[in-house]
Amino acid sequence: MTNSPLAADQPDQRALALIGGEATDANLRRYLHGIPGIDAVGLEARAADLGTRSIKTSSKRWAIDTIIGLIDLTTLEGADTPGKVRSLVAKALVPDPGDPGCPRVAAVCVYGDMVGAAVTALGSAHAAGGTEGINVAAVATAFPSGRASLAVKLADVHDAVAAGADEIDMVIDRGAFLAGRFGQVYDEIVAVKEVCRRADGTLAHLKVILETGELNTYDNVRRASWLAILAGADFIKTSTGKVAPAATLPVTLSMLEVVRDWHRLTGVRIGVKPAGGIRTSKDAIKYLVTVAETVGEEWLVPHLFRFGASSLLNDVLLQRQKMTTGHYSGPDYVTID
Amino acid sequence: MNRLAIPKTYKLYIGGKFPRSESGRVYEVLSHKGDFLANAAKGSRKDARDAVVAARSALGGWAGATAYNRGQVLYRIAELLEGRRAQFIDEIMSSEGGNAAAASAQVDEAIDRWVWYAGWADKYVQVAGNANPVSGPFFNLSVPEPSGVVAIIAPQGSESLLGLVSAIAPALVAGNTVVVVANENAPLSAISLGEVLATSDVPGGVVNIMTGSPAEIAPWLASHADVNALDLVGAGDLDWVELQISAADTLKRVLPPENGADAAAPALSRILAFTELKTVWHTKAIL
Repeated sequence: MTNSPLAADQPDQRALALIGGEATDANLRRYLHGIPGIDAVGLEARAADLGTRSIKTSSKRWAIDTIIGLIDLTTLEGADTPGKVRSLVAKALVPDPGDPGCPRVAAVCVYGDMVGAAVTALGSAHAAGGTEGINVAAVATAFPSGRASLAVKLADVHDAVAAGADEIDMVIDRGAFLAGRFGQVYDEIVAVKEVCRRADGTLAHLKVILETGELNTYDNVRRASWLAILAGADFIKTSTGKVAPAATLPVTLSMLEVVRDWHRLTGVRIGVKPAGGIRTSKDAIKYLVTVAETVGEEWLVPHLFRFGASSLLNDVLLQRQKMTTGHYSGPDYVTID
Repeated sequence: MNRLAIPKTYKLYIGGKFPRSESGRVYEVLSHKGDFLANAAKGSRKDARDAVVAARSALGGWAGATAYNRGQVLYRIAELLEGRRAQFIDEIMSSEGGNAAAASAQVDEAIDRWVWYAGWADKYVQVAGNANPVSGPFFNLSVPEPSGVVAIIAPQGSESLLGLVSAIAPALVAGNTVVVVANENAPLSAISLGEVLATSDVPGGVVNIMTGSPAEIAPWLASHADVNALDLVGAGDLDWVELQISAADTLKRVLPPENGADAAAPALSRILAFTELKTVWHTKAIL
């Protein structure tokens, strides 16, 4: 499908061609409501089935190292300080001080005002969008609620990009989405994407947080995923982690299906980031299986799949230590966040 | 018409719940005559791992409870044991043999031992702690605090209930949480004790009882980095020197095996074996 006329150089033109007109509420509603509905029972059964795979020994070892390399190590607390961010970065660089062979995480994810501290702490290990090292992701657009004027949201993004953020995690306006004002959501994503442009013309990676816990139905999750991708998202992310339920396997599966369909339609690969609520390596391995079975193993790379997590890393390290030493490890043998 | 008896499923007691072994395995428990008594869950290393997680998460609440409260909770167990006398006597007679008088005496002894240890809960600190004389204007206080998660291999000989109680009660008194591997050949009273604990005021996870092979489970507990102490009282038939060596890798406190009639005899030293002495300095007066 890579030769499809839809794989145009102009992503916005492609979106408009798909929508069949300008990105107005009416056109978007016609398009998004024309997407087939989701069989919720079937989706949940499929997700549960994917969670029953038994991953052992060398496969588990591979899975654990892969998970570490896909983590966005996150701290999003009101009480964050530059010191907290420095220790988070130290952990991202050397997750397990007892084992130099332990891989690094993909990125650290902080609030916009902590980007400078994270960039400084990373120093030469800052990937700055490259493949070597660690990226800095910043949540922006009045995270987590998104309840602010567009000007404030754009200023928020601009500050984070200017401070050196390589990835921007924006939230959509769930209120507008649920009220059917799809055009507003679309325009906001497009505007934010434009502000992600750096002085040299390159773009910070844009992750769009759907906050699936507030979207109520799988159909809405699917529509929001399409909407975000049409508007130019590089990544679609499940949740902020501040709303329960956060990431669940069925929701992530439904988003992966959209990404798969988009790839078939346009040849473009969009990333997926489940965030919040993934705390054990057992859970994380279920996500790896789901990704591999839905969009394929080539998605299991940092620029196409991430885990947004903080406590997950410690559990994965405990499992890793168990596999290395043959003995069960304990929380005293990993760092406290 | 003959009524079909409903045999009881003996399961593990982990985190306040009664799960089957994750391995799905069971083993036959035989009476002293060799007749089939019941199928008991054959715990695996992963059950032990789950039990340690449960014990660790229960530790804060149990160690943080006041000594008086812990004493009350332990005393309450003795009350409930008293109410279940008939069941315990029946199980002991069928699995260990002996007459009703001997079984009854064992249950009595076990209950009395609970009460004896329960009484120590708000007293052992006074006995073992101290106000140390120091050459300066300071209060210098040493107080024993619980070690943490204690893994116990229960006595494997006769007197299964008394042996189990003698092993777990002293560890609980100080505020430790416990993972105990029950008597392999006579595990029924251990699981019934779990039922007593589940209906008493003991928070879930404070006591975790596993049935199965101590030879299989003990090495995993001995090497587990999140276990703080190891009581090998019933490990006399295992390669317990090896267990001690692997426990040393993570600096566990270890009690050696004891054999004979007075194994795990009630003593203050058994309580203090799983405590750490904390010493604090505090200025004597505000000038």
